[in-house]
Amino acid sequence: MRDVIIVGAGPGGSATAKHLSEKGYSVALYEKRQEIGAPKRCGEGISLGRVERLGLNPPKNCIRQKIDGAKIYAPSGKAVEIDYGKDSGYILERKMFDKWLAEEAARKGAFVQAKTYIKDVVRERGRVSGVKGESCSEKFEEKSKILVAADGVESKISRVAGLNTTCNPLLIDSGVQFEMAGIEIEDPKKIHLYFGNKIAPRGYLWIFPKGKDVANVGIGIIGNCTIPAIDYLKKFVENKEELKKGSILEVNAGSIPVGGFLKKMTLDNFLIVGDAAYQVNPIHGGGIYEAQFAGRIAAEVIDEALQKKNTSDKQLNKYNIEWWKQRGNSLRKIEKLREVVENLSDEDFNYLADKLTGEDLVNFTRGNSLVTLAKLLLKRPHLIKLAKALF
Amino acid sequence: MFKWNKNKCLRCGGCISVCPNDALELTEHGIVRDEKKCINCGICELFCPVGAIKVKKNENK
Repeated sequence: MRDVIIVGAGPGGSATAKHLSEKGYSVALYEKRQEIGAPKRCGEGISLGRVERLGLNPPKNCIRQKIDGAKIYAPSGKAVEIDYGKDSGYILERKMFDKWLAEEAARKGAFVQAKTYIKDVVRERGRVSGVKGESCSEKFEEKSKILVAADGVESKISRVAGLNTTCNPLLIDSGVQFEMAGIEIEDPKKIHLYFGNKIAPRGYLWIFPKGKDVANVGIGIIGNCTIPAIDYLKKFVENKEELKKGSILEVNAGSIPVGGFLKKMTLDNFLIVGDAAYQVNPIHGGGIYEAQFAGRIAAEVIDEALQKKNTSDKQLNKYNIEWWKQRGNSLRKIEKLREVVENLSDEDFNYLADKLTGEDLVNFTRGNSLVTLAKLLLKRPHLIKLAKALF
Repeated sequence: MFKWNKNKCLRCGGCISVCPNDALELTEHGIVRDEKKCINCGICELFCPVGAIKVKKNENK
């Protein structure tokens, strides 16, 4: 009998496992894939402030490139540059980073096991009381006081456990990513983001440098697009001088949640962490930070519940309350910004690129100064309705 | 009708995440559809990042 079983060894699962093991609980962390961290489904960027806020000190082999800003390109080609003047973010090697996070959990005493597919939950008097699965093709069953679903955006565990987490499919972006080498990157210390309805409908296309001639090049687009995301990415690469001679070392795909936060992420003896609960920043789809932050909140709530020997839904509801207080409400604000962005035409993008500075953009992605944006939108009659949503 | 192209598919599970009726599963044989649950809505086809799924809508329904 475990205190806690966690399904999914991504950043959210590993963080939850680490924090709980540190507190002395018996924790098992199961990963479906044969290798933690691979294949990745990610742009691999995270800001330094976020890394510090999580209290992480990742080893050098997890960091491919230090970033000091961003270049954001409007459909016209005009770039708005954000320059922090100092290192402000990392492009990670997710394979190494995820594995390191799992190592950290193991180091603190968690039992981590890859190639273990959890198919179903076990119940006692109707309440979730453990898992059923297959570990390296051996069937097994294990009991736990609490079960944590950190099994990603296609989370099956939450649904089998009895939480309806199906969200509007339009709140999930369709993503593809190439790891490219032998390319030219003009400014490897900046991340490069391309917007426009012909380039990446609703979403954006990114070039995240991993050195002077290697990059994570990817795209996320609205999920109901009749042209597959990979076609947009191929077209961009073929038409870009700096990229078209390059090699493709990896092809990855995946879904990127961009909203649809859940009010209720708990049941008796059960809670959800990370992408499985759509905990991402809805403007850029980044979830590495959100998942780990939520993992920490989850660990604190679980700690209290186990100490009180009360793991009921009512007790675990603290997780819903705390997550919404600390993250949900501000992410909801950012979601409004995304709703505006997805309604912009290429002309609107070009207009904004002329009017906005890099500093403005940074503020917006943090959910600040949205009134500035709203005022600009008001000057375009067809955008008045959108602007109102921001006030 | 549900056609899954195993050569195009990257096994990313995207179709599973958008399926409104929980009808898809990623197994060692690839994407498997539960015919009883599938409502032929075609969301998975539109969503698939690499165009590996074709759904013919509402045949016999």
